[in-house]
Amino acid sequence: MSMIDDAARGARYTWGGDEFLFIEIAEAMSLAANFTSTAMAARLTADDLDGIIDICPSNASLLIRFDPDRIAPQDIEARMRAIEVEVRNLSHPTRETRVVEVPVWYDDPYTRETGARFRSGHQRPDGGDLDFAAEENHLGSAAEFIRRHHGSLWLVSMVGFVAGLPFMFQIVPQEQQLEVPKYLTPRTDTPALTVGHGGCFACIYSVRGAGGYQMFGIAAAPIFDPAQSLPDFTQFMVFFRPGDIVKFRPVDESEYRRIQEQVNDGTYRYRQASVTFDLNRALADPHGYNTEIMEYFDGV
Amino acid sequence: MAFDVLEPGLATTVQDRGRPGYYNVGIPQGGAMDMLSAEIANALVGNTPDEAILECTYLGPKLRAADDAVVAIGGAPVEVMVNGDIREQWTRLELTAGDELSFGRMKGGTRYYIAVRGGIDVPVVLGSRSTYALGAMGGFEGRALRAGDRVAVADVRGSANARIGLPHLEPSLRPSFPHEIDVRVILGLYDHRLTEAGMETLLASDWTLTPVADRTGLRYSGPPVEWRPRTQPFGAGSDPSNIVDAGYPVGSIQIPGGKEPIILHRDAVSGGGYAMVATVISADMDLLARSAPGTVTRFRAVTMDEALAARKELAGLRSVLWGAVR
Repeated sequence: MSMIDDAARGARYTWGGDEFLFIEIAEAMSLAANFTSTAMAARLTADDLDGIIDICPSNASLLIRFDPDRIAPQDIEARMRAIEVEVRNLSHPTRETRVVEVPVWYDDPYTRETGARFRSGHQRPDGGDLDFAAEENHLGSAAEFIRRHHGSLWLVSMVGFVAGLPFMFQIVPQEQQLEVPKYLTPRTDTPALTVGHGGCFACIYSVRGAGGYQMFGIAAAPIFDPAQSLPDFTQFMVFFRPGDIVKFRPVDESEYRRIQEQVNDGTYRYRQASVTFDLNRALADPHGYNTEIMEYFDGV
Repeated sequence: MAFDVLEPGLATTVQDRGRPGYYNVGIPQGGAMDMLSAEIANALVGNTPDEAILECTYLGPKLRAADDAVVAIGGAPVEVMVNGDIREQWTRLELTAGDELSFGRMKGGTRYYIAVRGGIDVPVVLGSRSTYALGAMGGFEGRALRAGDRVAVADVRGSANARIGLPHLEPSLRPSFPHEIDVRVILGLYDHRLTEAGMETLLASDWTLTPVADRTGLRYSGPPVEWRPRTQPFGAGSDPSNIVDAGYPVGSIQIPGGKEPIILHRDAVSGGGYAMVATVISADMDLLARSAPGTVTRFRAVTMDEALAARKELAGLRSVLWGAVR
């Protein structure tokens, strides 16, 4: 079954109590299902209906919180079903978004040390998370896994769990997706800005805390800034939005430290550029589309 | 006006009616767990429902009033003391500068609320004064209180809209803290993924609240719940209770691995990879917050219409409460 076929079946509508409508676009993760979720969310946002509290697009589903004193449940459901038809009938699904470069110190001492503290009960108690990830994906070495990790683009398919945490889905054919099982028992500690991976999703932990994703490295700059001290956060304390396209860039320790200094000075800015995401092209030729966006971004 | 924190208590945080509207980036609604108890405390001192209060969990703080203040304690039954003398709960207490407010033993429940006339005065972050400790934002410096903190109170003395407060709390309006509760839920989300026996177990069993219960969620012990075996869809994880990570409704019930259901509450994580099978209706969320570990809980399935009727009933009760404030 292709990704399009799976996503083309009608969505499933169900209630989460008297305040939430849950719409499952597809059971399986795919670029198409995620595009439908964010496109439906964008249309509902544009409607600006009274009584809509939260519009939360996620990987392959959409969660809407409403105030039933202001909008009847059946009215919000009817509106969403109409929006779903509009989105599914789009002949040329595109979205205006941005590409963001995220510097990552792979195989860094912070996540390595944390991983070492939670080795008992891990799938690979005598190695590191990166070794385990390489083996799971039949790659020769941790270095090869790292190369594959930053060698293609990732789509922010959901923001949440905790404040500002992006889930990211690799824009490559399904059989080439990096897939790594989560920890068998979740850790009680994860360094802030850990670049993690669970199932087919990458993430960046926005705050320190519990976590179950395998740990591969540490991002050099904040993605959640409640004090709003950095220029990228003057509008809002959360950096990522669903639909963002992420390009990981490997950095060594000295560059990591230089970026940290800029963060401490309050001068660091993410490198980013506007781009139009074209779903059909991403599905038809993921590699070519990756290369095109990366080359465009390098030229900006 | 201010209070000095002599002892912080176990987890004393500033809360108000919460911070809706940012769940799409993982920032939870927050707010008082037992919203009605917090509201009643506010009503007693003449505040509006929007003023920030202190939420105390099990072990309360010891506070010294830096100025004269009017306070009221609502929520779980607890010994309230002013300068060591026992005072009444659910009523207005006048404090003189230097008085010490402290708490003794609890006789049920989990959380109680300190409202003070004028409201706790901390900066408003994204529309609310509620503490989101995981994100280190809101409330008092984004965290629970510590000894040595000075907590400011808004000064409303001489203000034109200052009110005295609710003259008397009708006993019928006073929340109770029973050891057995029925909680109404709407089935849905991924309930089709339970076997018939699994659904029967969910609705017919007695569930006991474990000590693993906080502002994020509450975990219950009871019999295993059976999921339908299946080939998992791409990206969903290997266990039949796993789904492709999705948004979590506040109040939703997930049963990871078929064991120990978890109900998410006001500081919910906004999403994750566990299938949910039902959601507690909005009118019954306070009941969960009032439960102490060991509380026997039964889930009763209701329709959307019944949930909306219960919501209306609670709104009616609140309007009686606020209508009586002088």
